[in-house]
Amino acid sequence: MLAVARRLVRNEEDARDAVQEAFVSAFRSLERFEGTSRISTWLHRIVVNCCLMKLRGRQRRPEEAIEDLLPRFQEDGHQMPASVDWSEPVDALLHRREICALVRQCIDRLPESYRTVLLLRDIEEVSTNEAATMLGVTENALKIRLHRARQALRTLLDPHLRGAV
Amino acid sequence: MSAPTPESRPFVTCQEVLTFLWAYLSGELEAEKQKTFDEHLERCPSCVAYLGSYRATIELTKGAFEDPVCEPGIEEVPEDLVKAVMAVRRKE
Repeated sequence: MLAVARRLVRNEEDARDAVQEAFVSAFRSLERFEGTSRISTWLHRIVVNCCLMKLRGRQRRPEEAIEDLLPRFQEDGHQMPASVDWSEPVDALLHRREICALVRQCIDRLPESYRTVLLLRDIEEVSTNEAATMLGVTENALKIRLHRARQALRTLLDPHLRGAV
Repeated sequence: MSAPTPESRPFVTCQEVLTFLWAYLSGELEAEKQKTFDEHLERCPSCVAYLGSYRATIELTKGAFEDPVCEPGIEEVPEDLVKAVMAVRRKE
């Protein structure tokens, strides 16, 4: 649970607070645990919600624009520059610890609201519907934000993984 | 909020393909539009390369946090704790 909180809030103290608050919250709402999901899944969702509250409570900084990290196009709609294949298959890349570290660093460079959606959907495996509810956005808005987050991450990884590695 | 949709014409540009890739991959486009995306991908090496690296990005994201040394992942809740919690529930 602490690993989940660390990923989301990126601050050891806040992560520990979030886990502690989650356990208190879980204890208080024990009667609402229906036993239909695993208790680990139920606790996980409570930790995620506590982390999101921490993130919301932080002093808001102006959000970094994501546009610079999205694909670019010519006036006629062609990509500029054209994309090229990455040189190694994913399973080979994932065997390299420095690549895993690079991916985590690049995720940390995403604007906060995009990073959060990416973590919720692709790492924490929260459903679209549940993540949209947690973040107070529509499912379509969430899908578009996730797509842009993945595109931005792809842009950050591309110089490292295209062509010869 | 309803999602924007690609323009209705018999072809799509790279810009439309990459903008609506999420809808294409999740099968949320109308059948006719899905077909125009397929046709574009059959003849556009740049979009095919983009699609490959986009899919790889998703897999890398999932895999990058499975490193047991750097990222221990979601710990299982100890069995004893589960039993204790369930015992409290039964008493209530």
